[in-house]
Amino acid sequence: MSTVGPRADLAATPEIALTGDGAGDHDLGPDGNRFETLHFAFHNTKLVIGLTVVLAFLVLAIVGPWLTDSTPFEFGYPLGQPPSSQYWLGTTSSGQDVYAQFVYGLRSSFLVGAIAALVAGSLGMAIGFVGGYLGGVIDDILSMLTNIVLVIPTLAVLIIVAAYLKVGSLWTEALLIGLTSWPWAARAIRAQTFSLAARDFVNLARLSGRGTTRVIVNEIAPNMSSYLFLVFILLFGGSVLTAATLDFLGLGPSQVMSLGLMMNTAVSNAALQLGLWWWFIPPGIAITAIVGGLYVMNVGLDEVFNPRLRRT
Amino acid sequence: MTRYLARKVLLYLLTFFFAVTIDWAIPRLMPGNPIDGLIARIQADSTASQQLHGYFTESFGLNQPLWRQYLNFWLGLLHGDLGPSIAYVGSSVSQLIWAAIPYTLALLVPAIVLSYIAGNRVGAMAARRKVLDNTALPAAYILTATPYMWLALVLAYFLAFKWSIFPVSGAYDFSLQPGWTWEFARSFLSHWFLPFLTLFLVAFGGWAIGMRNLIIYELESEYANYLQALGAPSKLVRKYAYGNAVLPQMSGLALALGAVVGGALVTEIVFGYPGIGTLIITALQNRDYFLMQGLFLMIIIGILVANFIVDIAYVIVDPRTRAGIQGS
Repeated sequence: MSTVGPRADLAATPEIALTGDGAGDHDLGPDGNRFETLHFAFHNTKLVIGLTVVLAFLVLAIVGPWLTDSTPFEFGYPLGQPPSSQYWLGTTSSGQDVYAQFVYGLRSSFLVGAIAALVAGSLGMAIGFVGGYLGGVIDDILSMLTNIVLVIPTLAVLIIVAAYLKVGSLWTEALLIGLTSWPWAARAIRAQTFSLAARDFVNLARLSGRGTTRVIVNEIAPNMSSYLFLVFILLFGGSVLTAATLDFLGLGPSQVMSLGLMMNTAVSNAALQLGLWWWFIPPGIAITAIVGGLYVMNVGLDEVFNPRLRRT
Repeated sequence: MTRYLARKVLLYLLTFFFAVTIDWAIPRLMPGNPIDGLIARIQADSTASQQLHGYFTESFGLNQPLWRQYLNFWLGLLHGDLGPSIAYVGSSVSQLIWAAIPYTLALLVPAIVLSYIAGNRVGAMAARRKVLDNTALPAAYILTATPYMWLALVLAYFLAFKWSIFPVSGAYDFSLQPGWTWEFARSFLSHWFLPFLTLFLVAFGGWAIGMRNLIIYELESEYANYLQALGAPSKLVRKYAYGNAVLPQMSGLALALGAVVGGALVTEIVFGYPGIGTLIITALQNRDYFLMQGLFLMIIIGILVANFIVDIAYVIVDPRTRAGIQGS
């Protein structure tokens, strides 16, 4: 939980911990009926609402830039115009098209969120699987490392690293966020692995002489795939928030438009004093909607995957 | 109990050690000579550059072997010496930090405590009232997904700039001298309210959601069913459910601290509130590396102390830690 970004910690951990206790609540098993799951998925209001919101913004991020000829950093438009049929989201005080900034910024948010979540998810899985499956001294060391990094606020580390290391691209930013936001994921995955590792089918695989990697990849990971998916969604949401905060502080890439950078330039160019609300309101609405949509979708998916949570 | 707390203290000491090492290592790991980078960014003229070069080499102690530099870093730290500030010439980093901390704490402590209490209350109520569940819960999800700085911007725009209900920035009216007068207290509170409200609202959402889910989970558990089957009044069942649900919420509190602190930093920046966050942005804009390193350590220390307080509270609330039944 880092951060600001790691706000995922705040919302996520208790929820994950909820279902995480009962080991294997999530496993649908090989004979789980796929159509039944789909049926529950389409009838779960939370999942449908969350998914719709997130997908709507994803489509806007993909299609949006094609609908305009403007680019985010291009000057030369009228100064400080409110939204109109010509400039859909108005213009900035220095004559830039807010709509162009907004849709390109959306792209950055999705990109950084996805890459950071992949990095953090991979690290969390590696550490969680190995620690939870092997146990013993290795687990002790990995848990200690996880707990140490968990306490250190991600944002503080990111501020000091990003200040020394000039962040020039979205990839660097995403990598930095991913490298600091894995601890809660590692802890959650370790707990799940720990309980799965004591199951008969895992013991059988071990007895039949399979190596550690094969047991983890073939036996343990598939049985918590739905859980891993939930972890990924929460990491994604948290990373979007963290990236926005870094960009707002001016620590993200300055050559790439992002929603956080929009708010940063709006504040430093006195958008509040000048009353240019269309400059800083849309980026925040988009972040809130995407992250909120992901959280709600997460709860819905949890209910779909875990029959015990379904309320009929 | 002592074993539980001793383990926690050991973890915090290790974390502190780790954090100090990171703080020391980052400038030295980064590509290029940090001093050249520093001077290039300060953009001084050539004579000043040479003086600065000697000054920084000595300050960093870069002419000494690495182990010696590391030892010196610790020695300075233990003496409370975090180096001089570049942005505020003539002030030391520790002076600046001490001046800023009261403001940040004035925002953080009430926001964390009140949002935790209110969030738990509302979450627990939402768990048993359908109407509340359908209204408060979506609101809580929106709040917890809101970026702190954006909520701060929206509140500042509408309540301070547009409708002028609250003052725009700073911690008190600049025509006033800080002191124990009614006038100053009123000015301080009116400047304090909006940044506080921002932190409170976002954090509140997370607590309400967590508590609501935990209560529902507890009410469906065996002991709750058993109590109900015995005919126990539902008030009693809820009391037990609440008692059990508070524990995960409390460990969540320790985890959420980092996020709230981060939120406080950006909120302060929006409102120009003279705390740690505003100091960070000044340090970043002026490339004041000593200040940044000092602030980083200060945040870590703050988080560790707060974690320890939560641990003590946990011992009071959870009898198992006292009896030594559960080691973790």
